[in-house]
Amino acid sequence: MSQFQEKTQIIRIERLTTDIIRLTLESSRIVSTAKPGQFVMIRTGNGKDPLLRRPFSISQIANGKYFQILFKVVGRGTALLAHCREGESLSVLGPLGSGFRIHSNGPNCLVGGGMGIAPLLFLGKTMARQCSAPPLVVLGARNREELAPLVDDFAELGLSVHPATDDGSFGHHGLVTDVLKNLGLGDDCMTYVCGPHLMMTAVHLFCKDRGYGCQVSMETAMACGMGACLGCIVPLEEGGYGHACSDGPVFDAKELLWEVK
Amino acid sequence: MGSEMKDVDLRVSIGSLNLKNPVMTASGTFGYAREFEPYVNLNRLGGVVVKGISLEPRAGNPPPRIVETSCGMLNAIGLENVGVERFISEKMESLQGIDVPVLVNILGDTLDEYREIAKCLNGVPGVAGIEVNISCPNVKKGGVAFGTVPEMAASVTTAVKENSSVPVIVKLSPNVTDITLIARAVEDAGADAVSLINTLIGMAIDHRSRRPQLANVIGGLSGPAIKPVALRMVYQVAQAVSIPVIGIGGIESTEDVLEFMLAGATAVQIGTANFVNPRASEEAVDGLARYVAEQEMDSIRELIGGLILS
Ligand SMILES: Cc1cc2nc3c(=O)[nH]c(=O)nc-3n(C[C@H](O)[C@H](O)[C@H](O)COP(=O)(O)OP(=O)(O)OC[C@H]3O[C@@H](n4cnc5c(N)ncnc54)[C@H](O)[C@@H]3O)c2cc1C
Ligand SMILES: Cc1cc2nc3c(=O)[nH]c(=O)nc-3n(C[C@H](O)[C@H](O)[C@H](O)COP(=O)(O)O)c2cc1C
Ligand code: FES
Repeated sequence: MSQFQEKTQIIRIERLTTDIIRLTLESSRIVSTAKPGQFVMIRTGNGKDPLLRRPFSISQIANGKYFQILFKVVGRGTALLAHCREGESLSVLGPLGSGFRIHSNGPNCLVGGGMGIAPLLFLGKTMARQCSAPPLVVLGARNREELAPLVDDFAELGLSVHPATDDGSFGHHGLVTDVLKNLGLGDDCMTYVCGPHLMMTAVHLFCKDRGYGCQVSMETAMACGMGACLGCIVPLEEGGYGHACSDGPVFDAKELLWEVK
Repeated sequence: MGSEMKDVDLRVSIGSLNLKNPVMTASGTFGYAREFEPYVNLNRLGGVVVKGISLEPRAGNPPPRIVETSCGMLNAIGLENVGVERFISEKMESLQGIDVPVLVNILGDTLDEYREIAKCLNGVPGVAGIEVNISCPNVKKGGVAFGTVPEMAASVTTAVKENSSVPVIVKLSPNVTDITLIARAVEDAGADAVSLINTLIGMAIDHRSRRPQLANVIGGLSGPAIKPVALRMVYQVAQAVSIPVIGIGGIESTEDVLEFMLAGATAVQIGTANFVNPRASEEAVDGLARYVAEQEMDSIRELIGGLILS
């Protein structure tokens, strides 16, 4: 198994909005084995509080030694990370989990919401290189401020993006599923989805209805990220639970139990 | 570590079980050990205790199962495990070839279950010892935890002891009024050692949603937050019994290990710290070797119960 615990240096900090931040970190070992959809566990402080590492998707790799994470400040751990400075080091464990299974021939569609967009950038870049056709990309967020910088990243890869915002300030006014319905996806389409649970549920139902494949990246509380604590469960269709850190975070949506209200 | 450490004597014994050093890993925090191979040279550890095993497989509790609290975490995993049969055929099999004692943590709902699982494990190659988790509710006695009543703790001990040819360690629950009473009861019933503490029962509430943060409502507290309680209990139990005591609770560093040994522990287990630093156990072994060398001690055993009170 190629997983590492490393002190990684913060090379660059970019504040995309007041509370969305991108960190560029250096570790050639982590980068050498990282696959799209995998994540890292990061210690946000040196003390005993907050105690546990926090999981973040690998959002981009570059030059064989840099990787990026993209995160939103939602609590204490992410607030501490937001106060880091360039040149400081962070303890990182990774790469962890199973990645997306890339469908290299069929039509592919990436669907991201909010910070769930993070892993899709790495995936989109990999697909642009590996696949016969570039993927379609549908991204949703609350407003233009949050979405525009992320759309730019995909545009730089030469991928065309269909944006949607809750307030209509950028792209479609409404949900990513509205956009998906109007895209005319091919019959054997595979979707790769990461975002809020409600969004993933809606995309899963849409894909099930149309007979499309659907891979989802699940977010749960995690203590270890490596299959040891058994805290990170997701209910399975067949009964019992899968473990988001080791069986996932990417699952075939059909294998999961979705609570549909 | 460098070759200069070779002669440092870190060996300790738990009954007939001889350990290279006092540092083990705690049940439920180290998976089935192989998960930690990317980070740890397992052969350098004193022992590993694997995830608690029951007679039948258990799916465990619904999510959320874990929540972080101040300097610690609460868990209500609900003892998810593959059951003893698959444990023996898959997990023990995968542990063949590592040069470190594997202790199997067992649990049950009834006395019979403890007895049965001990029988299943008896003679299985690679099982160096049994650790009995008595913090489980006794379904035949209205769900009162085995570990909270001295007589029940003693009968579990006897049931397992009668069916095991390897050392039996009884893991004590801290959720009792006087832990020394339970410790003495299991010693009298034939336990080869006691390990303590299991998690302290706690709770976390989200005031915004007005809901408990764990689906199970209550869970077990672990991590640095519980270390002072664990140290106190190890200290008290070490004075109350003459069998070896294994200290557990909030141990993260070499310094923590030294403190537990001074309080009377012969060995220790590292739990939650593995999640934060998967190398915590091996680093503690390195640290102990350095300490014994620097202090020019003949053996780490000199430290056990060496607390200076006046
Ligand atoms: C596999 C995986 C990959 C992830 N990738 C990313 C990523 O690329 N970028 C990213 O920003 N986040 C990502 N997350 C989520 C991220 O781990 C959490 O946002 C982070 O742990 C929060 O830590 P904290 O200490 O700031 O918040 P905490 O103090 O732990 O929580 C503060 C409050 O925020 C709530 N909260 C926790 N997580 C979220 C969330 N995601 N959104 C909204 N509220 C939340 C909590 O319920 C709590 O009320 C990922 C999670 C997983 C499991
Ligand atoms: C996620 C988790 C799972 C655990 N599972 C078990 C178990 O199966 N059996 C057991 O006897 N103790 C179990 N424990 C308790 C630990 O082995 C240990 O006694 C306790 O966590 C205190 O040590 P610590 O503070 O170093 O973690 C578990 C603890 C945690 C955090
Ligand atoms: S986070 Fe610990 S097992 Fe998945």
